[in-house]
Amino acid sequence: METKRTLLWRLRRNDGFVIKRILFTVLIAMLAFTMIVPFLWMISASMKHELDVTKIPIQWIPDYFYPNNYLEVWNVGGNAKVDYHFGLAYFNSLKIAFFNVVGAVLTSSLAGYAFAKLRFKGRDVVFLLYLSTMMIPSQITIIPKFVIFDRLGMVGTHATLILPGIFTITGTFLMRQYFMQIPNELRESGKTDGASEFCIWWRIMLPMAKSSMAALGMMVFLWTWNNYLDALVFLPNWRLYTIPLALTSFIEESNTQYNLMMAAAASALIPVFIVFIIGQKQFVKGLTAGAVKG
Amino acid sequence: MTVAKGKQRTGGWFSNLKPQTRDNIVGYTFLLPNLIGCMLFTFLPVVFSLLISFTDWDYTKGFGNWNFVGVQNYLDMWQDEWFVDSLINTLVYTIAVVPITIFLALVISVLIDKYCFAKLPIRLAMLMPYISNVVAVAIVWVMMYSSFGPVTLLVKALGVENPPQWLADYTWAMPAVILMSIWSNVGYSALIYTSSIQGLPQDVYEAADIDGAGELTKFFRLTVPFLSPTTFFLVITNVITSFQIFAPIQIMTRGGPGTSTYVLVYYIYRSAFGYYKMGYASSMAWILFILIFIVTMIQWRQQKRIHDY
Repeated sequence: METKRTLLWRLRRNDGFVIKRILFTVLIAMLAFTMIVPFLWMISASMKHELDVTKIPIQWIPDYFYPNNYLEVWNVGGNAKVDYHFGLAYFNSLKIAFFNVVGAVLTSSLAGYAFAKLRFKGRDVVFLLYLSTMMIPSQITIIPKFVIFDRLGMVGTHATLILPGIFTITGTFLMRQYFMQIPNELRESGKTDGASEFCIWWRIMLPMAKSSMAALGMMVFLWTWNNYLDALVFLPNWRLYTIPLALTSFIEESNTQYNLMMAAAASALIPVFIVFIIGQKQFVKGLTAGAVKG
Repeated sequence: MTVAKGKQRTGGWFSNLKPQTRDNIVGYTFLLPNLIGCMLFTFLPVVFSLLISFTDWDYTKGFGNWNFVGVQNYLDMWQDEWFVDSLINTLVYTIAVVPITIFLALVISVLIDKYCFAKLPIRLAMLMPYISNVVAVAIVWVMMYSSFGPVTLLVKALGVENPPQWLADYTWAMPAVILMSIWSNVGYSALIYTSSIQGLPQDVYEAADIDGAGELTKFFRLTVPFLSPTTFFLVITNVITSFQIFAPIQIMTRGGPGTSTYVLVYYIYRSAFGYYKMGYASSMAWILFILIFIVTMIQWRQQKRIHDY
């Protein structure tokens, strides 16, 4: 935190430092700017008429704004040339994300609590088992998962994405780590008041773990929203498509109408950006959680 | 014991059990929802995958219609040009992406921390590619690399008269994918560095100031060594995610042109869900696991050493 006073003080003390700072700020800001250039280009192209997209030099701010692209992608008013079912894909993605976030946060905080605070036979063995699966890449399990779901006749339903998505080993670790920090006395005092273990978890532990749960929830949302491989394998038709699949089928169906493709891409990115900006603190916590465990 | 009170309150069969049995029941009740899921979708599939990696199973022949062929799959793959190429490409991709990403992230996060005004918006901007939908991002980059896209026009502006058609060019397709990956990964590494930098011991830097150490000296003599555990962690995580690159390849190049961008996971995907060679695909997935396993083991050993001093 830089208050005005210390800034002025620094200015008087050390002009060179401030100038250096401004210089580096400009330099880094330019770098950060190149990071968002693709997004700016995407938004710019999504607002252009088809013929203006390929124009050279690039019109970063189009002469002629054409927001109709968005209406066409979303088929608002029903007069688009092709119905891309983008709204449906959006709904599907949100639905799956909702179940996964709620389910994963719930099962992870239950299991995380059990691993951190409860004593029962075989706890450490089971935990070791969990630990050992951490490095198993999802590409190993996807073939058996496909076989299992196919045998159960579930390929072609959203259950293929929802069911595995509500159990996360990483999430269990995250919650366990959090519950480990909570002093045991809290649990003991709950017990002397005669509360059941479930009651302690629900009334004492969960309210304290809110911010960790929020962090985990955001991670799960991010994973689910961006999950491509599973959707590609398990979802066969447009009725089931999630956003990533709707986007790829879009490329094929829109005859490479770049302005429409960019409008679709922009529509897909916006929810995550909103979640990110609202909950940046928890988001950053979730992203860094894996790193600082040491 | 606190158990006595619970006994008076609840009564019934549960409280008549031995305390230890009750603890076990409570423990597994908490664990069960998660455990069932992990059994079904992780443990069981892992065992099944290992099993079928020793078979010649073709999915079109139906479930159970397979022959055990021992380690044949694991031997055959080394004669398979596509596999060898995809393995080499995966390694090339990883060796290019990881060091550049981490070097950039380190320099940027140190500079931001030290000199920048408006730290937060800059950090958020850098993180945006990382959290973006990988498919949307890949589509945007396909456009960026097209003949009217900013990348091509920039290269033209720099004086190259006939810039290559990046993604359709045998030599340039891989570098194009690599550039995109660095762009989308650097924000995460920078974020992790930032949280470590904030924990650096300030008094050591003050001591260095008193000794008249220059900025570069402080960077190489203090910051880099202090951050080495973080660097190590980032190398490992970045290597593991790079081994698993799939979506950008599937969308931007489909492994082409030729085999120039064919990577391991893409080939596993093609073998399993394109040609339905489940046994062969599984055995390749286990090669991927072995690669990741080796890297993780190095991390564990290194972490032990770091914690030792």
